[in-house]
Amino acid sequence: MVADAASNLGAARAQMGLSLGWHIILACLGVGLPALILIAEWRGIHGDADSLRLAHTWAKAAGVLFAVGAVSGTILSFEMGILWPGLMGKFGAIFGVPFALEGFAFFIEAIFLGIYLYSWDRLTPRRHLLSGVPVVIAGVASAFFVVTANAWMNDPQGFTLVDGKVTDQNPIVAMFNPATPVETTHMILAAFMVTGFLVASVYAVGTLRGRRDRYHRVGLLLPMIVAAALTPAQIVVGDIAAREVADNQPIKLAAMEGLAQTTAGAGEHLGGIFYDGSLHFALVIPHMLALLATGNVNATVKGLDSVPPDDRPEAVALIHLAFDTMVGIGFLLLGLGLWMLVRWIRRRGPPTSRWFLRAAVIAGPGAVVAMECGWITTEVGRQPWIVYNVMRTSAAVNPAPGLYWGLVALVVVYSVLTVVTLLVLRHLAAAGRTVAEE
Amino acid sequence: MLANVVLVFLWSGITAYVLLAGADFGAGFWDLLAGSAHGGAPQRQRIAASIGPVWEANHVWLIFALVVTWTGFPTVFASIASTLYIPLTIVAFGIILRGSAFAFRKTVTRVAVQRIFGASFALSSVITPFFLGMIAGAIASGRVPVGIAQGSVISSWLNPTSVIGGALAVEVCAYLAAVYLIRDCERAGEGDLAAHFRIRALVMGVITGATALVGIAVLHADAPVLYSGLTHRGLPLVVLSALFGGMSLLLLLRRSHVSVRVTAALAVVCVLWAWGVAQYPDILSGTVTVTAAAAPDATMVVLVITLGVGTALLIPSLLLLYGLQASATPSTSNRDLPEAHS
Repeated sequence: MVADAASNLGAARAQMGLSLGWHIILACLGVGLPALILIAEWRGIHGDADSLRLAHTWAKAAGVLFAVGAVSGTILSFEMGILWPGLMGKFGAIFGVPFALEGFAFFIEAIFLGIYLYSWDRLTPRRHLLSGVPVVIAGVASAFFVVTANAWMNDPQGFTLVDGKVTDQNPIVAMFNPATPVETTHMILAAFMVTGFLVASVYAVGTLRGRRDRYHRVGLLLPMIVAAALTPAQIVVGDIAAREVADNQPIKLAAMEGLAQTTAGAGEHLGGIFYDGSLHFALVIPHMLALLATGNVNATVKGLDSVPPDDRPEAVALIHLAFDTMVGIGFLLLGLGLWMLVRWIRRRGPPTSRWFLRAAVIAGPGAVVAMECGWITTEVGRQPWIVYNVMRTSAAVNPAPGLYWGLVALVVVYSVLTVVTLLVLRHLAAAGRTVAEE
Repeated sequence: MLANVVLVFLWSGITAYVLLAGADFGAGFWDLLAGSAHGGAPQRQRIAASIGPVWEANHVWLIFALVVTWTGFPTVFASIASTLYIPLTIVAFGIILRGSAFAFRKTVTRVAVQRIFGASFALSSVITPFFLGMIAGAIASGRVPVGIAQGSVISSWLNPTSVIGGALAVEVCAYLAAVYLIRDCERAGEGDLAAHFRIRALVMGVITGATALVGIAVLHADAPVLYSGLTHRGLPLVVLSALFGGMSLLLLLRRSHVSVRVTAALAVVCVLWAWGVAQYPDILSGTVTVTAAAAPDATMVVLVITLGVGTALLIPSLLLLYGLQASATPSTSNRDLPEAHS
């Protein structure tokens, strides 16, 4: 029975990757959408009827998205045990606490979302608005707690290993490991950016199709301003995150940069394809990586060759591509925000050109791709470890026979669910529009 | 000591899940049996209105149970999840199908589409508790040994005790739902529907009781350790459960629809705690005790503090939610959002 561990590993990783990659989009919307809805409702209470209608439409969408997010998140907590019992059995006591905290945050979120969605006409407008505040706070808190657990996998602290046995457990130290501040901030900002750009892109599509009314203008600009305002901060946090990776996970950084050999004064490699053990066709900025990673242009940056082959991630090409894509899209989104800002200052009004709208349409899916690429970078980049330098992913996987059927089922279920969710959201958008046009 | 505190929190969370989310599953059972799209519409609307605002919050008790288990008793979680991965995977898909279908159904307007989502919701509302009951049967009958994938991936959950567990779970959910729905209908002024669910509560009450009797015989043959625990240390609770169950039937006959909510719930609580008491101090029957499986004290202290503070936040929030739901104006129309304020 135990012989199945090796063949289960690939399927289990694919299943976890698909489940996480799917859920994370809904999780982002679960964190970001309540804030957008409250801003719109606040404007609505102060007399803006279009904003209030947007708040209603978004709240309906949030109801659907939150339900699907809640259940796809549940699958993940099952999979933690179904796929990775080795991890949970050995380290559950150390990094489990943030999940318990997240459980309570999720409770508060679900309860107040239930209150918020079902009491538009049972509470005064002010109280109704207030009932949404715990949803926003709990959403951000649950994102924080969950990501601390992931940060711990990247930078495991709060225990001692003695002959393979875990002792001296300290869950608080584990939770507040060095990767926590920057990784949690990076993800929470990403959640708001994904939500903002995604919602804006829905209304950009509508505007391009000729619906140039105020409802669409507010629906485009309100989320876009929120997302664009956070983008510069996200780039700064991302830079800090890369340095944290350079300090604590040098091999992940080497994979991100496609750096095969340990190099003094290493250059920054943009683009290129990693094969045959090195990076080809990349654009090189001399000394730049050394400077970015350490602050010193001549510093030595560790390459993949600084550890034995068994300890290197296998998918360097993917990791480097994902990292470059994330950073590239981040800067494009920054450019989009600047475009809006410059145009607004010069002409005293938001941009309305078709090119801007087209860019706004792409920005939504673009932000999602960037966020997914970030997760690919950090998760695939940590391989072959599930707990960095402590436990191999192959040691954590469930060896039970037949595990891969779960992956097959998941692919089928999530394909159907993706299509249906998108159809239902489209239906809701159309319904919201009809109300607004009346 | 700390292990026992965490265990009480855990078992209370599971109890809350059975009483609250269980009834939501049961409502799906009645949705499944409500008949044609036209004829069953009143029942389905009542069910949707009753569970709509609360089912997500009720569902979180399951997540609560999972995370408390993996933090407080990590090896137990790893053992259960790795050996029982097949029924757990089915439960996970049942949960996703049910939650999303329910959310989708109320947002679409075409009857044909509503019917597809409705059928998915209702069917998964039966499958999910059935497999959860099977999992309970697997653990209760001592078929999950400690260690990763140490039990049989098939016979651990495909056995007489698990089948009885699955059947009982579906019936208990349906019974609780029917009992709760009677009062919901009355509050909404739907006397016909109340009578409809009253009959169903009575029938399901009798079926559940009969299954429990069969269950005793099955446990005697298939799970002797559990049987002995239930007939010795757990006996007072078993007897109490039977008393509350009988009382509930009488109250239903006498149309005391508020009191029956309490006695029906208590009957279920007594069964759950009888199982817990019968199995204690083993957390995985016959292989590991609660204290032996507990995480180290440093974790347990933080976990107990988390549970204490979290519960203090949780209870008033839940009361607010249920209070608002109860004060809802009596109507079954799809009234989650008005047609815009202005």
